[in-house]
Amino acid sequence: MSTTEKTASGIGPVEGASVYNVDNPAPYIEAPRKRTKKTPKATRGNFEMAAWLFMRLSGVVLVVLVIGHLLIQLVLDGGVSKIGFAFVAGRWASPFWQVWDLLMLWLAMLHGANGLRTVINDYAERANTRLWLKGLLYTATVFTILLGTLVIFTFDPNIR
Amino acid sequence: MPAGTLYRGREGMWSWVAHRVTGVLIFFFLFVHVLDTALVRVSPEAYDEVVATYKTPIIALMEYGLSAAVLFHALNGLRIIAVDFWSKGPRYQKQMLWSAVGLWLVLMLGAIYPMLGHAARELFGS
Repeated sequence: MSTTEKTASGIGPVEGASVYNVDNPAPYIEAPRKRTKKTPKATRGNFEMAAWLFMRLSGVVLVVLVIGHLLIQLVLDGGVSKIGFAFVAGRWASPFWQVWDLLMLWLAMLHGANGLRTVINDYAERANTRLWLKGLLYTATVFTILLGTLVIFTFDPNIR
Repeated sequence: MPAGTLYRGREGMWSWVAHRVTGVLIFFFLFVHVLDTALVRVSPEAYDEVVATYKTPIIALMEYGLSAAVLFHALNGLRIIAVDFWSKGPRYQKQMLWSAVGLWLVLMLGAIYPMLGHAARELFGS
């Protein structure tokens, strides 16, 4: 028996004869991560992509809303010194500014909440810490959005 | 020095850090701001009393700082959008950052008098 003798599979006599041959082929192994009929359509959903897109879309709108807000409240016409109950009543008499403030409230709160969610995911290493911090974040966010919305919708200039 | 602190990125990393810091700062202020505005549902007096503290020189300076944070976050945010969606965005990210910083500086210099003039008159007399 020659030591250079090889089987069809390329395995030499030291390793022993191959189990597989033309009549008994090796089992087919699926490529890793190949999409097959058994694979779910999406394994994790598209939430992170939607959040990423939301940050950019809300960001563009917020640039206009917030910078306009800062100009009116803090820069033009005497800056902060003019602000008071009467000033707020005058602005919220117009549906335009009600919608402006409502949109700004919702977009800014959701934009900020998603930003802080990312920060928590990045820096809180223990799963429990992340859970509690995000629970606190979502509670505070929902409370603040609802409070702000209620204030805009139920504002009464003749409260006194 | 612990491991992992050697990386010192250039414009890209520091603008990312500044974006994060200003973002968290603005978000925390937003909670306070919704709460103080909610006082218009309590009484005109309660609201005016709180807003009166916003007109003091120290708080005026903090408002100026907040506006600086908002303006940087806004301009750098537009740069991020350009990096993500404009085909040449990544190539010009540095130039866009320095343009944003330049514009930010000009606008903040221009805002000094309208935003802090009142506080200065109160502190030093008119």
